[in-house]
Order: sequence, then structure tokens, then C-alpha cells
Amino acid sequence: MKRMTMINLMKASVKKIHSLSRASRCLPAEGGVRGFSSASGPRVCIVGGGPAGFYTAQQLLKARRDAVVDIYERLPVPFGLVRFGVAPDHPEVKNVINTFTQTAQHERCSFYGNVNVGKDVTIEELRQAYHAVVLSYGAEGNRSMKIPGEDLSGVFSAKDFVGWYNGLPNNKELCPDLNCETAVILGQGNVALDVARILLSPVDMLKETDITQNSLAVLAGSNVRRVLIVGRRGPLQIACTIKELREMVNLPNTRADMMPNDFEGIAEALKDLPRPRKRLTELMMKAVKEGRGDKVEKSWGFRFFRSPVEVLAGADGKRATGIRLALNKLEGSGEDTRAVPTGQLEDLECGLIISSIGYKSFPIDPTVPFDPRKAIVPNAMGRVQDTTGLYCSGWVKRGPTGVIATTMNDSFDTARVLIQDMEAGEVDLSVNKAGAQAITALLQTRGVRTVLFPQWEKINAEEEKRGKSLGKPREKLLDVDEMLKIAWS
Amino acid sequence: MAASAAVRAGVSFTHRFVRVSPVCSICPLHRLKVCTGVAVGRAVDGFSSPNRRLQTSIGVCQSEDSSSPEEDRHEHVVNVVYIDRSGQRIPVKGKVGDNVLYLAHKHGVDLEGACEASLACSTCHVYVNSDYCDKLPDPEEREDDMLDMAPLLQENSRLGCQIILTPELDGIELTLPKVTRNFYVDGHVPKPH
Repeated sequence: MKRMTMINLMKASVKKIHSLSRASRCLPAEGGVRGFSSASGPRVCIVGGGPAGFYTAQQLLKARRDAVVDIYERLPVPFGLVRFGVAPDHPEVKNVINTFTQTAQHERCSFYGNVNVGKDVTIEELRQAYHAVVLSYGAEGNRSMKIPGEDLSGVFSAKDFVGWYNGLPNNKELCPDLNCETAVILGQGNVALDVARILLSPVDMLKETDITQNSLAVLAGSNVRRVLIVGRRGPLQIACTIKELREMVNLPNTRADMMPNDFEGIAEALKDLPRPRKRLTELMMKAVKEGRGDKVEKSWGFRFFRSPVEVLAGADGKRATGIRLALNKLEGSGEDTRAVPTGQLEDLECGLIISSIGYKSFPIDPTVPFDPRKAIVPNAMGRVQDTTGLYCSGWVKRGPTGVIATTMNDSFDTARVLIQDMEAGEVDLSVNKAGAQAITALLQTRGVRTVLFPQWEKINAEEEKRGKSLGKPREKLLDVDEMLKIAWS
Repeated sequence: MAASAAVRAGVSFTHRFVRVSPVCSICPLHRLKVCTGVAVGRAVDGFSSPNRRLQTSIGVCQSEDSSSPEEDRHEHVVNVVYIDRSGQRIPVKGKVGDNVLYLAHKHGVDLEGACEASLACSTCHVYVNSDYCDKLPDPEEREDDMLDMAPLLQENSRLGCQIILTPELDGIELTLPKVTRNFYVDGHVPKPH
């Protein structure tokens, strides 16, 4: 009892200290009607309400005391991958939501949810209403393996699997069958490790997170005991980071199941590695050594030098029962190390296949240039090629890699470049722009009603309320219509 | 107010806690002679599991602005100089027990703290001037893990949210890394393979 009081006291105190700290960072109050405080200041539109959008907004608001920033988001709820991508057992990473909330509540910032840019309103219309438009809409698609059998039942993209346990409305009907014993994940980045960890974590741990209740029920009934994480190159090229690897190593009731042969020559290479790669590799080698001989029922392991070539179907021809892998050797060195097939093949028996080989951006509007090969909006330092007044930040600018900190730095870069352009006259601020007033009026004529930030906060309160009765930080609403009903109630 | 003593005792879950001793002399509980020592002694027991419940790590205690005359005693002041990304020197007066990240925020220094001091990001990455590196306790493994992700990592890199001011740190200088698009010092950009 005393302990709980202490915990609650600390929580409250930490919250208070955080809010004091945030308050002290706030820009001084500027008075005036929201959004109208400077008729001649720059009006900027940001497309996408995830980390890139919010960090770009934050920087713009700070750098120009006369800037008004409007963030448009397709879903009724903000925060993008912080809400739908970050693993449920990584709540600290989601603390950044507090920073974003502060930005959204800034008097010169407005959030407009439930607006599908490209469908409800065009980029051209936005460019007419704003001095500058920043594309921060991220990567909602995924790279496909492009192998036969990819469409069989039991094969999922990590994007969809993660969306499923994180409550992304589009993935709520995913219903993965977790009856099989072995799951194979293609790709060895942090998303792959997140999926492996969620598949193998004790349900007792997961049930106190914001993982959705329905996915929790499915995981509770899971028979998955063994997760293999497959990569086409070797241990020195693995894309995950040490924090996530450490979490795998420390997973209760599981053991590491590696192939010592995959690590030939690695010990000798250690001394020349830069620190992050060295520490990561050392931890992996420790896992190889310590995993052997353990008689624990659940296991996870890396399988290196293997590329998927075919998903194998069972007798009915409809569901995946295995995966055929091509064995590779490495050529080249350093960053140029490439996997080259040897001609040998290997089959792995499994009933769940998750491809975690990268997210992918889509073009938003025919008037915006798009590079289909790299799947990004072509740009130079965030200035969209062959346009003026159009910028980009985040994954749609750089490609879908990196953590929140990477996107933060990138978004700050774009904001700086935009500010520079404003100051150099490249963005013409002498013209008056109507901003949100014009756009919301246009949307209204099209029957599109927006969700404002205080309305998101109603959704937020409802989710927290439902979570409380379940012992979770929140129970996410899975249905867009339900979100809208609560927002507009 | 009772909470600040608890917080000052540190919300850490590892042996790191032991190094961050509470500064009893400026704690109201101590002053009012109602400290039972429970915050110091029991905090470790209460949080031996990985930090899944509380969303922050080491003591984020920050001396509040409303301070009584005793708290402004000269010997508690720790001078810190922040050097921001444009090279500007920002001298600041902190107090023993202050968290360097929140001290920066208090003085408008541009140091992000995305995960709010919970060792889940590297946005508060700073360079510590060489004379003071050794005066800091060694980073715990989790801090090193996060530092590994910071662009432009150097020997004297630390996470600001893990630096708690002590009298020995008076005069410390913390430089904010100049992070650019290319996260590699030599301009190298990783190639897709």
C-alpha cells in the first residue's frame, strides 16, 4: 500500500515537474484570436499529423513569431506512427506525444483531423490557400517480397501486423492465425524485432500496455513457440539496434537459437568496428554462446545469408506451411557488402510469415513529383524538386528509416530551409493567403467535417477511460466512425 | 511537496540509483523533520522490475522556481555553460540536484527531450567538456545503448537527461551537437543494398 502511494506520488510529482519544464519552454502568450494574430504573417500547411508534421510545425512556430501553422491529418486521431507504430511495450518512446500536444495547443497552430489530402482537397488548393505546404505524410505502404505465394493465407506485412496490434483502423480485421509453432520474419530491423518480441512476450506483460484488447486475446491463444528472423546478409549488416536486441535477449522464458556457423570470422572483425556496431555485435555473440543447451520452450533466433524465394503452400493450396530460402554469400565490404545467391536452397517449415523489409510511401497527388524507384518525393534538402512553396519532411522525404530522433532532426532541417526561403523572398509573403478559413469552407461544401484538437482530446479521454477499467493506459478505438461520433458529440 | 523528496530519491530501476543520493539538506521533508527515510531506502525495492509502469527514469528533480531563502544558498549553485548549435555560449546558474536537460529547458536552451528522460531516445545528446567527463558517473548500459544511436557520437558524448548536477560539476560546459542531414562526420550517406 505504501509502495503504491509512493509510486503515485512520484508519478504525480514527475508529471508536475514535466509540465513546469514544458511551461517554461513555451513561447510567451501573444494574445489575439487564434490563428489571426498576424494577418500578414506566413501561413504554412502541413500534410500529415505524425512526428515529422509536428516537429516541422514546432520549429516553424518557434522560428517565426508571426507564422500560423495548420496540420492536416487523414485520420481523426493525430500522432501517426507514434500511436500506430511504436510497440505497446515501449511507452517511454510515446512520451513525445506530450511535446506534440503542446505544439497542437499552441495558439498559432491548428490541427484538422479527418481530412484526406489528395481526395477531399487537392495539393493545388492547399498551395493557393497557404504560403507554403509541407508534405509530411510518411509511408503507409510496404515493400513486397515479390515472390510466389506471397498472397497465401498466413503471410502478412509487418506494417499490417504492427497496425493490427496497435489498433490501426485499417488493420482491425487482420485476424492472424497464431496456431502454428514456428513464425518466420523476413528482415532484421527494429520493426522485425518488435514483431518477434510481441509474439513471444508473456501475455501478463502485454496486458498492461496499450496493445488492443482483441489482439491480446489472439496472442493469449497463440501456439507460436519459435520465431526465426531472417536476413539476406550477415551479422555485421544487421539493421536492428542494440536496445531492441537486448530486449530479445532478456525476454523471459525464451532462449536464443542462433547458428554458430553464421558467426565465423566475426570475433576477429570486432576490434575494427565503430562503437555502436561493436557493442551490438558483441551482444549478439554473447547470445549465441549463452543460448545453447537451454531447455526452455520458447526460442527466437537470427538466420543470416538467406533470401526468401517462395512461400510454400499446404495441401489445400491456400495457406502457407513453409518458406523456401536462397542461401547467399557476401561480396564487397563495408557499406557496399552485397548478398549474392549461391544457388543453394533451404526450406523452413512455418505457419506464419511476416515480411518486415520496409515501409513505402505513395504519391499523394498527380501534381506532386514522385520518384517511384526510391518511393519518395524528390527533393533537395526538403525543397520539392521543380516547385516553389512545396516542401517535405520525414519519411516521405528521406525514405522510411530511422527513429523518432532521426525524423526530428530531419524535420528541423526542412523547417530551417523553409524559414530561409521566406527570409530570402523565395516564398512570397507579400501575398495574403486565406489559410484554414478557405480550406475548411471548401471542405464543408464537400461534406467533409474536420476533427479539431479539442475533439481529439475527447477521443483521447474516452480511450483512457476504457483503458482504466482494463488496467491499461488506454483502450484504443478501432473504428473511425466511432471516433468521429465521440469527437463530434 | 512530499512528492519532491520521493522524486529526488530517484525513479531509477538499476544500481544507478545508489549514485544519485538525495540532497536531504534542501528537501522540505528533511527540513520539517518528517522524513522517514522511506523514499531513500524503499525506492529501490519498489522499482526492481523493468520500468514498464513509470514512464521515466532517473530523478528528474528540478528545483522549483518558488524557493525559500535557504534554497538560494550560494553553495548549492552550480554554474553550467551550454553551447548551443550556433556556437553561442549560454551561462546558466543551476542548483545541486538539477537535471541538465530540464535546466536547459528552463533557460530556453534548444535541447530536445523527446522521451522525457526515460532513456528511450537520444535527442538530449550533449558533449561534455573533457575536464568534466571523469567527474560524471559512468553511463549505465541503457544510456550507452541510446548513445549508440546518436549521430556524431564522440568520446565525450552523454545524454543530458542523465546528468544530475553535483558541486563538483561547477563550471561544466555542455555543447549541443551540430546535427545535419548527413549524420556521418565525413559526409558519408549509407547506400541501399
